Amino acid sequence: MFSGFMLNAWESGTLVAVVAGIVGFFVVLRGSAFPAHAIPNGAFAGAAGANLIGVNPLLGLGLFSLLAALGIGTWGRKGRPDVVTALALVLMLALGAAFLSQSSAYEPEIYALLFGEILGVSSAQIVPLVALGFVCAIAIAVLYRPLLETSLMPDVAAAHGVNTTAVDTAFLIVVAMATTMTVPVVGALLIFTLMMGPPAAARSLSRRPSLALGLSVVIAVAVMWAAIASAYQWNWPVGFFVGTYSAVAYAIARGVSFRPRTRTRTLYTAHTH
Amino acid sequence: MKFLFAPGFTSSEPVHVALALGAMVAIVSALVGVFTVVRSQSFAGHALTDVAIAGGAGAGYLGVNALTGFVLGSLTGGVAMETIGVHRVRSRDVATGIVLGAATGCSALFFYLEANSGSTTGSTQRILFGSLFEVAPGTLPVVGLLGVVTVAALALIGRALLLSSVSPEMATVGGIATRSVGVIFMMTLAISVGLSSVAIGAILSTALLIGPAASALRVARTIRGAMVLACILGVVATSLGVLLAYDSYNWTSRHSPLPVSFFVVVIVVTTYALTYVPFLRRRATSGRS
Repeated sequence: MFSGFMLNAWESGTLVAVVAGIVGFFVVLRGSAFPAHAIPNGAFAGAAGANLIGVNPLLGLGLFSLLAALGIGTWGRKGRPDVVTALALVLMLALGAAFLSQSSAYEPEIYALLFGEILGVSSAQIVPLVALGFVCAIAIAVLYRPLLETSLMPDVAAAHGVNTTAVDTAFLIVVAMATTMTVPVVGALLIFTLMMGPPAAARSLSRRPSLALGLSVVIAVAVMWAAIASAYQWNWPVGFFVGTYSAVAYAIARGVSFRPRTRTRTLYTAHTH
Repeated sequence: MKFLFAPGFTSSEPVHVALALGAMVAIVSALVGVFTVVRSQSFAGHALTDVAIAGGAGAGYLGVNALTGFVLGSLTGGVAMETIGVHRVRSRDVATGIVLGAATGCSALFFYLEANSGSTTGSTQRILFGSLFEVAPGTLPVVGLLGVVTVAALALIGRALLLSSVSPEMATVGGIATRSVGVIFMMTLAISVGLSSVAIGAILSTALLIGPAASALRVARTIRGAMVLACILGVVATSLGVLLAYDSYNWTSRHSPLPVSFFVVVIVVTTYALTYVPFLRRRATSGRS
């Protein structure tokens, strides 16, 4: 279980989980689940396009996820963000479908782009993974305070003169980077799962941001390790285990943290999101 | 004419089926879509498509009709999201995300199992991106029936739904059970997603749901007007998509046609972008964008 190609799987899986735990924490905090779902799908189109013209898929992944991030960031402010995100998402996917229809990529390749092939990660793929992971971590470290302030206390952020728009865009770019590095490993659809389940679980366990962030990383890594081990054991796709274990982690966290809270009921208004 | 309509377009049966199915699905999606956009539930609408994929993939593995899988899948997803808490704005994002994530995990498994069982090839692509030209004619009545049920349900709850979307306080005062109305809407949303998954593929059904509705809402003055306009835009987009996809067979020397869903999405997104052109938007009333 810990030899040869499996070693690559463990290493890349852990890296992906750490990055997903960190970036995902802010995704949950800021309520940007939809963009975080849309960007990896854009990346999928990029990979399909790169495949078609025969360049390095990382290039296509990077370019398209960046385009998706900037597009959602810019247009989202002009219209309704959720509508713009949805349309950007389907446009990217449609491009991906068109690229696929023109290329000779066959089933397993499409499957791998969408659902990942962590057990097939080569040593050469780990280098860009480490590099991009570092950049993401540094970017989050730099943005930490403004990100927290604009997510949790918008008024305070405004008083401090934080440029919300800039922070928003910067964050989406970080998501795009995290996506670029993770899609080849866990696939476009599942990176989102890792950015959602563990951080949401961590958030319901602790209200303190720093503690929740740490927990988020720990849970993400635990989910990833358990998933790899299970995939090795039962020979089912890693993605299935990542998905189920993430949901289970969230369910357990919600169960543990269930206590009567005095909470003012938020009104269900059409224009909040 | 020959340039516009490639030979055989008007006489081909798959084209007729595609046009009819496309129009039905476009109308149902557009009507449901108007409410989805007004309620800002685009993410939920999209997440349901991912659950529908899991259903479609599962159906493929079990050898059941894909439509059954799509509809059952997205209905289950809708119930799950409601249970976890889509009705509360704060936890809506997370609830949707968790269900979506778990569903994609299941899709991964079903696709894998199906590929391993050595049945039909190309199912991943077909379920995700659809192929309107390969729909069996027998699917039409089923889609039609489900479409009528959805629209009827929508007509019944329409007024209450609108009020509880725009002003929940007023709705509560007016004696509307906002929660139940929300649940029923979620079910209609789930069915319409299941239907459009058959037509343009699960991943892209969001385009038909959100695109025409959002464009119409930007241009029309009233909700009723927006619904009519959204239906027209949707039907035009799918019909044009079918036509272009059919023609695209002759565009390259290799004769590899582009998928219908690609054209539908491009048309839908272009339409939405056009609503931002100031001249076209002049008639719009202020505010709601």
